Amino acid sequence: MYSTKYIKPNSTLEALEAIKSMGEGKFLAGGMTLIPTLKQRLASPDGLVDISGCDLDSISDEGDAIKIGAMTKHASVAESGLVNKAIPALAKLADGIGDRQVRNRGTLGGSVANNDPSACYPSAVLALNAIVHTNTRSIEADAFFTGMFETALEENEIIEAISFSKPTKANYVKFPNPASRYAMVGVFVAQFNDGVRVAVTGAGEGGVFRHAEMEAALSSNYNADALSALEISSEGLIGDLHASPEYRASLIKEMTRRAIV
Amino acid sequence: MNEVTKIDGIGSSVRRTEDKKFLTGKGRYTDDINRPGQVQAYFLRSDVAHAEIKSIDTKAAQSAPGVVGVFTGSDIAADKVGGPICGWVVPCRDGSSTKEPPHPLLAQGKVRFVGDAVAVVVAETMEQAKSAAELIDVDYNELTPVVDFVNAEKGTQIHEEVPNNCYFDWELGDESATNKAIESAAKVVKLSVRNNRLVPNAMEPRSALAEYDSLDESYTLYTTSQNPHLTRLVLAAFMFAIPESKLRVIAPDVGGGFGSKIYVYIEEAVCVWASKKIGRPVKWTADRTQAFLTDCHGRDHVNDVQLALDEKNKIIGLRVDTVCNLGAYLSAFSVVVPTILHGTLLSGQYDIPAIYTNVKGMATNTVNVDAYRGAGRPEATYLLERTMETAAKEVGMDPAEFRRINFIPKDAFPYQTQVALQYDIGDYEPHLDKAMEMIDYSNFEKRRAEAAKRGMYRGIGMSSYIEACGLAPSAVVGALGGRVGQWESASVRVNPTGTISVFTGSHSHGQGHATTFAQIVADKLGIPMENVEVIHGDTDKTPFGMGSYGSRSLASGGSAISKAVDKIINKSKKIAAHLLEASEDDIDFKDGKFVVGGTDKEKAFSEIALAAYVPHNYPLETLEPGLEENAFYDPTNFVFPSGTHIAEVEIDPATGVVEVVDWAACDDFGNLVNPMIVEGQVHGGIAQGIGQALLEDAHYDENGQLLTASYMDYCMPRADDLPSFKVGYTNTPCTHNDLGVKGCGEAGAIASPPALINAVIDALSPLGVTDMSMPATSQKVWKAIQESQSVAAE
Repeated sequence: MYSTKYIKPNSTLEALEAIKSMGEGKFLAGGMTLIPTLKQRLASPDGLVDISGCDLDSISDEGDAIKIGAMTKHASVAESGLVNKAIPALAKLADGIGDRQVRNRGTLGGSVANNDPSACYPSAVLALNAIVHTNTRSIEADAFFTGMFETALEENEIIEAISFSKPTKANYVKFPNPASRYAMVGVFVAQFNDGVRVAVTGAGEGGVFRHAEMEAALSSNYNADALSALEISSEGLIGDLHASPEYRASLIKEMTRRAIV
Repeated sequence: MNEVTKIDGIGSSVRRTEDKKFLTGKGRYTDDINRPGQVQAYFLRSDVAHAEIKSIDTKAAQSAPGVVGVFTGSDIAADKVGGPICGWVVPCRDGSSTKEPPHPLLAQGKVRFVGDAVAVVVAETMEQAKSAAELIDVDYNELTPVVDFVNAEKGTQIHEEVPNNCYFDWELGDESATNKAIESAAKVVKLSVRNNRLVPNAMEPRSALAEYDSLDESYTLYTTSQNPHLTRLVLAAFMFAIPESKLRVIAPDVGGGFGSKIYVYIEEAVCVWASKKIGRPVKWTADRTQAFLTDCHGRDHVNDVQLALDEKNKIIGLRVDTVCNLGAYLSAFSVVVPTILHGTLLSGQYDIPAIYTNVKGMATNTVNVDAYRGAGRPEATYLLERTMETAAKEVGMDPAEFRRINFIPKDAFPYQTQVALQYDIGDYEPHLDKAMEMIDYSNFEKRRAEAAKRGMYRGIGMSSYIEACGLAPSAVVGALGGRVGQWESASVRVNPTGTISVFTGSHSHGQGHATTFAQIVADKLGIPMENVEVIHGDTDKTPFGMGSYGSRSLASGGSAISKAVDKIINKSKKIAAHLLEASEDDIDFKDGKFVVGGTDKEKAFSEIALAAYVPHNYPLETLEPGLEENAFYDPTNFVFPSGTHIAEVEIDPATGVVEVVDWAACDDFGNLVNPMIVEGQVHGGIAQGIGQALLEDAHYDENGQLLTASYMDYCMPRADDLPSFKVGYTNTPCTHNDLGVKGCGEAGAIASPPALINAVIDALSPLGVTDMSMPATSQKVWKAIQESQSVAAE
């Protein structure tokens, strides 16, 4: 990697000051994507602002939602009693990200801010109708993800926490890429009193997306059979060495079917 | 007198003595070694597959921070340093020989694959070297790359010396007899298969550290090599024209090779050259991306097979036409792998009266292809065992029975095949029977029906393989185009207290030689194995050796050790006879003691050792003092392990995922020295074979870019991809080495891919699927299921 500056502030305010003092600075969360990118010399920021000291790693019960600090590690979410009780599907998702090392370094906020099209967390944010709390505002999930590796976050905006609505039922099932074991198709299904939300990750050319037809079908009948007649379109789906758009479309239906329990 | 407490001899599953350091992270690998004043080398590599180099501007890099030197192909040419050589060539059908283009250490005028080294930057730190390399400006005139090796003949010519991009066009066997058999056959089974291209992926990437001593004008090279003496020979004699005595090559702990560390690569040679040029030790270590791009890949064949049967389903002829991809330059054993190590194996375990094969080796703008675990034999086994299973299905026979009626009968050994090899011994029905029993073959259809109830497709497939290990004898190797000998050496030094230092020409890079070889010595001398130390991997310590590849270490290296120990015993008997005042003929050696037959007069081995080094009472007039013997062992034939593997799979039609649910491996490796280590080799080999059959595929796009250049896209087998293996053995001891041993290192990787693909096809056979290419990824299997369903719907 190119040599760069490293700062570890103690609050979000200090972090913002630090990043403003740099030309092209980068916030460093768990570093699961950023550090390999730096090591391969694919990025050369003027400095790194490590936000792991900013006290952003608490998990709390907010009544109809679970609020998780942005710097909470996947392993902490997976093991959290609160999460396991209120939204076990979210704990299950966190427990299936990467490997043990990744789960003990990678963070919720880092994953969501990066919006990797194969990441697991964005599907939970979208399906659980979450609210992304930043240092300046609260953003609804439906407005947050704007494209592959793109979000509504503005320059120098930090995610501080994410509130996940408690569903009546939810599940996450992924078909991992055989090589990387990122989601080749991951489906998060969440049932609420006012309907079902289905978010698909790993498959969309524009990143994570909600599947309106499956949501409609499952909202009227929360049963895997409700999907039988649906034809999942392969339009807009990723095609690569490992899976064609058609294969991904088939997996979306199958993973959704398996998520309905 | 030393009390003999414990002997962990031949046949004992002793725990590997070398594992303590490896499992605690204390192995000493090349990159762990640092020398005072050391600098780092970084290679600027071509990012285009095929181009003329119009110019290279290194000026800015030369003056970058920390840079000690920047060199290009012209610097290498000015010093007249040669490139890597091809270690084995074959004649072509038209009477010409293999075309051997030069392989310069740094590109001269042209780049031929993505990863080809264009320049080297030597700097104080690796980061400085990398930063400086970014300042080098290379102006390329891009040429059309040749990637599709099957049609490489029509592509842009890559080397002046290689017309039609064909390195060789070789044949073996009787073409007219084979064609006649095919013409007169009751049935001809035809099959085209592709053996997918693999990246070796040793856990430790390649690394080199070279140091030049200006006072005695000598070099020391630490390197990741499977055969340090061959590295020394090639570097000294063919590249630098220096006496071998002026180059010491040390291959310390090496973290896996699988073939990829047999050859001399350009990077280690450049480090040697630069160490003198700069006057400081030069280190280079590949990162994982460089390993993907520049380690020699494996396999990459297409084979057209025709199998002729008579009316009783007995095989009467086999014709195989093969085209293989050898990449941008001819690597050391790239030519022998698809020819001598492939064509000669085509008889398999079967009595086939006529065989003919033609192999074309093609140049492409991809990295070199060379030996990878099994090297030629997996390709031969894959095409043959896929064809056997296809033939059995086509003639409506059980695949086991079809194999059985075509096996070489037990009483036909030694058996002369129609493709040069003579099998010394084997007995094939017992391992077929045992493997079938291990997997409960007779109840398979019940399991298939039960799986069908769960909506799963269950299939079973087998592979009865033969392997030829321990290339030999040297004279035959030479007659077949080999440029090296194929013996192995050992030096056994008995220390004055009776402990032993064994110096072997074999090289261990994961195989467990320190344990296995010590067991042989302990067993033969009747001493505890902790008294035996095995030393390897240093040309200044060990006698000239050929290293480890082709499952040769035990059959060739172990036999050399056994021979040297026999010489020790012979000399010891003479010393014992003197000490015991008896005739040498009356001395028996048993359990570590020299006994005068019929008496209680005896001397322990340690007493003999002491007497040899403190010869106060010693027959000095007839016998030299000391107790140390060398042996060079040139086997009289290959060894021929064989076996049957049976795979059972379940396929989920909704996702196409193939789960390997059961595996039975029954192998005949002759006598086993350490059954636990052998079982580990079998497990590792099958894991690699499952990787090839289901997961791994090195994929270049049409521009010659390697798309699978990281673990994000290149899929290695993981523990959860593998079943629990059932491992069993039969034993027909090798007839021509004292230990009765064969080889076991590659068998798993040879046997498993066809067994697995046969099982996948069997599982999908209710859908009418008759073919499946490797790797059988979930996407490919899903697609086959979709297509079969759409065919059914029409």
